[in-house]
Amino acid sequence: MGAVMGTFSSLQTKQRRPSKDIAWWYYQFQRDKIEDELEMTMVCHRPEGLEQLEAQTNFTKRELQVLYRGFKNECPSGVVNEETFKQIYAQFFPHGDASMYAHYLFHAFDTTQTGSVKFEDFVTALSILLRGTVHEKLRWTFNLYDINKDGYINKEEMMDIVKAIYDMMGKYTYPVLKEDTPRQHVDVFFQKMDKNKDGIVTLDEFLESCQEDDNIMRSLQLFQNVM
Amino acid sequence: MAAGVAAWLPFARAAAIGWMPVANCPMPLAPADKNKRQDELIVLNVSGRRFQTWRTTLERYPDTLLGSTEKEFFFNEDTKEYFFDRDPEVFRCVLNFYRTGKLHYPRYECISAYDDELAFYGILPEIIGDCCYEEYKDRKRENAERLMDDNDSENNQESMPSLSFRQTMWRAFENPHTSTLALVFYYVTGFFIAVSVITNVVETVPCGTVPGSKELPCGERYSVAFFCLDTACVMIFTVEYLLRLFAAPSRYRFIRSVMSIIDVVAIMPYYIGLVMTNNEDVSGAFVTLRVFRVFRIFKFSRHSQGLRILGYTLKSCASELGFLLFSLTMAIIIFATVMFYAEKGSSASKFTSIPASFWYTIVTMTTLGYGDMVPKTIAGKIFGSICSLSGVLVIALPVPVIVSNFSRIYHQNQRADKRRAQKKARLARIRVAKTGSSNAYLHSKRNGLLTEAMELMGTPEEGHVGKSTSLAESQHHHLLHCLEKTTGLSYLVDDPLLSVRTSTIKNHEFIDEQMFEQNCMESSMQNYPSTRSPSLSSHPGLTTTCCSRRSKKTTHLPNSNLPATRLRSMQELSTIHIQGSEQPSLTTSRSSLNLKADDGLRPNCKTSQITTAIISIPTPPARSPEGESRPPPASPGPNTNIPSVASNVVKVSAL
Repeated sequence: MGAVMGTFSSLQTKQRRPSKDIAWWYYQFQRDKIEDELEMTMVCHRPEGLEQLEAQTNFTKRELQVLYRGFKNECPSGVVNEETFKQIYAQFFPHGDASMYAHYLFHAFDTTQTGSVKFEDFVTALSILLRGTVHEKLRWTFNLYDINKDGYINKEEMMDIVKAIYDMMGKYTYPVLKEDTPRQHVDVFFQKMDKNKDGIVTLDEFLESCQEDDNIMRSLQLFQNVM
Repeated sequence: MAAGVAAWLPFARAAAIGWMPVANCPMPLAPADKNKRQDELIVLNVSGRRFQTWRTTLERYPDTLLGSTEKEFFFNEDTKEYFFDRDPEVFRCVLNFYRTGKLHYPRYECISAYDDELAFYGILPEIIGDCCYEEYKDRKRENAERLMDDNDSENNQESMPSLSFRQTMWRAFENPHTSTLALVFYYVTGFFIAVSVITNVVETVPCGTVPGSKELPCGERYSVAFFCLDTACVMIFTVEYLLRLFAAPSRYRFIRSVMSIIDVVAIMPYYIGLVMTNNEDVSGAFVTLRVFRVFRIFKFSRHSQGLRILGYTLKSCASELGFLLFSLTMAIIIFATVMFYAEKGSSASKFTSIPASFWYTIVTMTTLGYGDMVPKTIAGKIFGSICSLSGVLVIALPVPVIVSNFSRIYHQNQRADKRRAQKKARLARIRVAKTGSSNAYLHSKRNGLLTEAMELMGTPEEGHVGKSTSLAESQHHHLLHCLEKTTGLSYLVDDPLLSVRTSTIKNHEFIDEQMFEQNCMESSMQNYPSTRSPSLSSHPGLTTTCCSRRSKKTTHLPNSNLPATRLRSMQELSTIHIQGSEQPSLTTSRSSLNLKADDGLRPNCKTSQITTAIISIPTPPARSPEGESRPPPASPGPNTNIPSVASNVVKVSAL
């Protein structure tokens, strides 16, 4: 009898997904509950006016429009959190692990340390990187390397950065990455940058050393025409 | 790289500045952005509905139509927009793909239409997002099944003259409807299966008493008769099995198939019984073996599609059945144990052991309740009631799954059958429509010829030019005419009104049969009043023997006997499989038709008299070699008669 009733009811419903069992449905139910709560806490942010941004940055209105469209497409809520930032950046480096470098980048972008990057922060940073003076760019880079933002770069911070950059390359490189290479790289860097050999690099030392190096100067101009 | 992320490329490149101070070597040069355009709006006009998007949006996927330069082919200079003459509804999905990077499949859309659109825009269907992919795949599978069914039924109706004897036999076994012999065999075997099963059953019925002994079953009373019946059945089954074995394309696979195993199991007991002596010990086993004779009933599954569906369902639900069995076993063991210990206390309890309680549990859980074992203690009764309630649940759970599987397979089969039934009607309708159009061509040709003839003769007839044709029609006709000129073949127009044509027309054109005859006869030095005979119209022999001046230019079409075939056959301008057997008088195939015509024709051509029927147009021919009734070829005639004629089993190919 029960079997008959069961069959009638099942014939009514669409015959989809017969293989999903009770556990799956329970899990769905739980997830839905959590998502309902999350809905309330979603943040939406709108940037300041276009004119203001234009005044603050070195971009034209059109460029800002293009940037914002791309930004909004990927982050409809108007802010980027670190996860999304990492995901986006990882798409450009499929072979390696870009998460650490993205992490440092994120913190460099997030000047107010709120944990999320708004469009203004994004555009400000881009303006410096693409349209700024050499001085500004170097300053920004120093800020990137200074992980704990104390005004000095020490060897550990530099090791982290260099390792993060090497991580982006991935495992399958030629020549194969040796254990020692990041350390050597950092030593070379410090040799160049640390003028008074005290083990830390200050902003002035950094600026001075970079301006002496032609390679660096040239490469800083590389991305002038990106936008 | 995902679509939208391409917009973040400037950011990624800018972030690369962070590597510069660390780098030891100089950086490579950046690629110059030569074609640096400002981002502009593109207007895409799809069947009148205008979509607008940024150029860069479309360029996210450069290997599609919209993303590459291929769209320039659709650019309309006057309106400065891209015009696509396609479905705007599906285009919405396509454009959303560019915008969001996810391709969705709308449920209301037909799967083939959607696939066509995707193919047009150069988008792979595999990109369809997870949200819609399952639905898409389901629909695609259904469609593929439908196509396979169509192909199968098409293949079945094709006449394959080049099958070997073995292959024909196999086909006859698998599809009894292909020939009458197969059908007879099918019914005979079915009958004998039934006879065999009935004998097995009746054998055991007590058949009245022989005076002086107890009641005997029929099997022992009329043992000889039953033995003869059994022998006959087994003979038939053996012959059938051996024939199938012979005809099977892969004998090894056939032997392993389920049906052949059933066949073997059905006939083995008899042979074993023959071989074995009447030894007392072995005859016990022999009796057991006779049980296997009941498997003959499974041979009916070849005859019944429903049985096959049921078997297939059970096979495909094996996992659900296994789960049902497992859960039932678990529940039985639990409840049997509980009942045993609950009833242990009561005196004279039937629950002597746990296995003994199994019987009670099974009977209770399946709600049978025989009542031969009943709990007496209160605890026993409580647990017994819980047992029966849970039994209902446990059984009811997997059963709907099995039922839904069965229903799906059954409906699939129904759909296939329905499609096959509808297909005949559909094809007939299509053919009528097509013949209408080709008729139009021949009408116009006839009219054209008429006017030409009139001009030739200089006699103004009634100005009977026929209905005026549209530009498209006339262009189509011109095309067909060009084709004729190209190939040197011609369509036939049977119209006696054109008998006035003179033989001044030398080119190979759409001519009428009479002209054809005339030419033939001229070339063979026969000069008889032109008549029209159906037999003359189709014959390769005539071509080669009579029409020497034609033979160079004529080419033989692959399937029909060319160059001159009848009006009816040439009215199919494309290959159509004509099926059906509504007209028993037209059961002969076209090739045999032609063949007969051929036979009847040669003497006509060579002998000094035309013995074939002298036919006047409106009436059917008095005599024709095939005994076929010739429909009146007046203009409305062929239209109505085509369906009937075309119901031959014919494969006709176009020029």
